[in-house]
Amino acid sequence: MDNNLIFLLLVGALVGAASGYLGSFMVLKRMSLVGDALSHVALPGIAVALTIGANPILGALVALVIATFGIWYLSDHSEVYPEALVGVFFTASLSIGLLLTPEPDLLEALFGNIDEISMLDGVMVLAGTLAIFTVTAAISKKLLLGVVSEDLAKSQKVNISKINLIYLLLVAVVVALGVKFLGTLLTGAMVIVPAVTAKQLSKSLKSYHLLSLGFGIASAVLGILLARNFGIASGPAVVLTSIAFFIASHFFRKK
Amino acid sequence: MEPKPNILTVSGLRVEFDNHVILEDIGFEVVRDDTLAIIGPNGAGKSVLFRALLGLIPFTGKVEWAEDAKIGYVPQKLAVAKDLPLTVNDFFHFKEKKQAKIYEVIRSVGFLEQAKHLHNDKRVLNTRMGDLSGGELQRVLIAYALLGKPNVLLFDEPTAGIDVTGEETIYDLIHKLQAEDDLTIIFISHELQVVNHYANNVLCLNKEKISFGPPMTVVSRETLAKLYGEDVHLHKHEELTPHKHPEEHNHG
Repeated sequence: MDNNLIFLLLVGALVGAASGYLGSFMVLKRMSLVGDALSHVALPGIAVALTIGANPILGALVALVIATFGIWYLSDHSEVYPEALVGVFFTASLSIGLLLTPEPDLLEALFGNIDEISMLDGVMVLAGTLAIFTVTAAISKKLLLGVVSEDLAKSQKVNISKINLIYLLLVAVVVALGVKFLGTLLTGAMVIVPAVTAKQLSKSLKSYHLLSLGFGIASAVLGILLARNFGIASGPAVVLTSIAFFIASHFFRKK
Repeated sequence: MEPKPNILTVSGLRVEFDNHVILEDIGFEVVRDDTLAIIGPNGAGKSVLFRALLGLIPFTGKVEWAEDAKIGYVPQKLAVAKDLPLTVNDFFHFKEKKQAKIYEVIRSVGFLEQAKHLHNDKRVLNTRMGDLSGGELQRVLIAYALLGKPNVLLFDEPTAGIDVTGEETIYDLIHKLQAEDDLTIIFISHELQVVNHYANNVLCLNKEKISFGPPMTVVSRETLAKLYGEDVHLHKHEELTPHKHPEEHNHG
């Protein structure tokens, strides 16, 4: 194994772990599609970054953070369902992104390109992953209590709105990290699929979080290795690996 | 500092949603260590009153809790998805880190005593929330409210959706809790016989306060007629029940 492959596997494992862990909350909050749709918002950010010669991960992050604040504000101040809002945001930004992205870079922006991952990207992924784990662990109880009962959470003085904003921002970070890997169209899969797989197999929170994280890592690592071996694109290989785990999990389901 | 006699003082409370008045001019006082029942027909605004007391919804008027009031809230029901990977123990850990405290609290709601029960004692802790029966879930919610030693308990219809034996267990439990020092209990109910047994004071509610005071003086034919309509009967054994079942037609 060459050094470059080891580096890619490490970065992939970090992205897989972070998206799996964060996704485990998203699935319980029944916000799976939010993660998916948010990933498309990254496209205009990447486009602008490419045009001005900045790092696409940063471009994606800026676009995602703006969109996150937008969705959070509107879902608190508007009668429209968050899911519908997300749908509007997503189609709008995908269209803008498609217009803005320089044609030669479009395929890479949409589906990612693992060979383009630099050392700097690796460092950003490491820092982002650490931040995600630290902050998520700190808000996890409040976040989950809000899932079980908003009233109960509020009666314990939990500021649900603030917790939700922090959480959505973390999702923005994880999507930005995954974008170079899997592209804007497929990053959402890594937030949803490992978590759904883990949910089928878990009875307690601990096993759920651990399995979700584990399936995230396993999908990324196995997917990259498969892509290398068969000379196929890494994004689809990673996503399809995670989906293979999901299908297999049906046979081991805990009722 | 002098101890305040009232743990809760409410005056001129008004709640409206979308220009629709739900509660108007509600005022009452709860003395420390008392048990207050809030009764009224469906849609009278009982749960809304609770939500206002907890500060969950906007209102005008005054809701004043004593400075040291520590509220434990038992919601009416909790829709827990069956496949939610959350055990009872996970749920308790949202509020309490120490496992010993959790054991203590599940014992106090009677999970240990029912040794023959399928989910007794520690086993209940490893059960998924979605797999609990209605009565078990209610006791888990009471235990959750008791964590952190509150001095006020708010129960929203403690026995809604629970079978008769489960109901008795819950009220036995409430009765036991009444014996505790400095524990004020406020509960919503539509079962008048329960109110007579357990409450020191009753608040009859139907959008506005209809009457307030000890059960014997408040729960009269007139207030009930005002509260539920004329179709309420005073039964033998001085049991008061809103008219619900067809077989009770012969009474009255």
